[in-house]
Amino acid sequence: MKDIAEIRADFPLLSRNVYGKKLVYFDNGATTQKPQCVIDTVNEVYKTYNSNIHRGVHALSDIASEEYEKAREKVRSFINAGRKEEIIFTSGTTGSINAVAFSFGERFIKPGDEIIISHLEHHANIVPWQMMCERKGARLRVIPINDSGEILYDEFLKLLSGRTKLVAVTQASNAIGTIVPVRDIITASHSLKIPVLIDGAQSVQHGIVDVTAMDCDFFVFSGHKIYGPTGIGVMYGREELLSDLPPYQGGGDMVEKVTFEKTTYNELPFKFEAGTMNFAGAIGLGSALDYVMSIGRENILARERELLHYATEKLSAIKGLRIIGSSDKKISIVSFLLNNIHPYDTGMILDKMGIAVRTGTHCAQPVMDRYGIDGTIRASLCFYNTKEEIDILGTGIEKVIAMFT
Amino acid sequence: MTINEIQDTIIDDFSAFEDWMDKYNFLIDLGKELPLIDPKFRIKDYLIEGCQSKVWLHPEYNGQKITFTADSDALITRGIVALLIKVLSDRTPDEIISSNLYFIDRIGLRQNLSPTRSNGLLSMIRQIKLYALAYQVKSKK
Repeated sequence: MKDIAEIRADFPLLSRNVYGKKLVYFDNGATTQKPQCVIDTVNEVYKTYNSNIHRGVHALSDIASEEYEKAREKVRSFINAGRKEEIIFTSGTTGSINAVAFSFGERFIKPGDEIIISHLEHHANIVPWQMMCERKGARLRVIPINDSGEILYDEFLKLLSGRTKLVAVTQASNAIGTIVPVRDIITASHSLKIPVLIDGAQSVQHGIVDVTAMDCDFFVFSGHKIYGPTGIGVMYGREELLSDLPPYQGGGDMVEKVTFEKTTYNELPFKFEAGTMNFAGAIGLGSALDYVMSIGRENILARERELLHYATEKLSAIKGLRIIGSSDKKISIVSFLLNNIHPYDTGMILDKMGIAVRTGTHCAQPVMDRYGIDGTIRASLCFYNTKEEIDILGTGIEKVIAMFT
Repeated sequence: MTINEIQDTIIDDFSAFEDWMDKYNFLIDLGKELPLIDPKFRIKDYLIEGCQSKVWLHPEYNGQKITFTADSDALITRGIVALLIKVLSDRTPDEIISSNLYFIDRIGLRQNLSPTRSNGLLSMIRQIKLYALAYQVKSKK
């Protein structure tokens, strides 16, 4: 495996300064930095073969279409889906969930039906279902969590019923880092023939996702959180299900035949890819996945576990610091509060020291409500971070405490 | 002093700081010194909700001048709130409406006024002007 200096050298942005200080980037849960190979790939698309995909008869369009489809195959292989046709490109996790919520809702949801989510969800895995429930007269049920931030599996089992039409849960909490036992949730749901959507926005970059082994029905994630470009995401869906769902957007490329009387739709995956897709983003994502594979997912996981362990030890030792979310199964996220210092104040001062963290509710207000807090400070780490950076954060936090007390 | 004279004094005060730490410590102190808002006004009716921090703002009009009291749950925001109160409280509606707030930019706190309304400050300024407009209309009736 590459050593940490070599890994960091792959990411040009990591060597920059802010306010004249060395950047410490701990906001990877919001978006990750990009390795040079991804930047080069996207550059190359625009410099050498930019052309609209699936349309032209000319050479450049052929190259672009071929590279785009190669990227689809890379995604398939990365998450171990059965078929390439099950990989739909979208704008991101939010786009993917909205697509499923619309299409699945149109096809299967009737008044009185229920959708189950968990208390850990990001707003992107709450609001689309609320909108769908409103449209269809259905009801949203929520799996509660305990004080450690773990979902209560027994409570989930009680929520499952003949009215349940879909379970949509995150694999890892963006706000407090909890890893959710999705395998158990899927097994229980499938025993009642209920499909399950897994929000992989915070898990796909922190582990080894295998949708076949997991046996989920939908798996969604964003490219920009796994070292790829922004504006590209993935919606994996089991083929039988996807074939059965109506498209959520109409437009070019998703049709087979259009007349003013009736339009028939193209086959998978194109039925769900209306209009000009973000092909440069998709190709860039393919390059990001290649990069992750070249580092090795086991290696990434091992490094991140070590960093999480170190950060947890280091931060817990600070007097007045309280970590929110204490599950023993977490991705490399430490969400915390300092005495009664406001998270916004903490974030502002850390920023001035060159430390990028996120503060606030992390688009997961129900999680904050569960703990009776207005927000937290979140340090989200990934494999290119270092223990030295965690030390800098520790020193920064001590300074903040001194300033505000 | 006029609104602009006070703005210039603040700019002067801040120009003394070379270190960002001093600047923020000064803001924190200002926040601590901000007269407490009457707890009965720390309610939803006077709340300006930001995504990151909250601001409460209460106006009182005596027929000539508007006196604002305000508060925030974050100290740095409170410090900036204190500055805004210094500049805009105890002014006539006309003065407030025609004011041009340039000091925030000049003391390097522009990022605290992002249009995403993350801390409620930009909304607070708008709200102050809205109150001024409302009282101006009222006093001309």
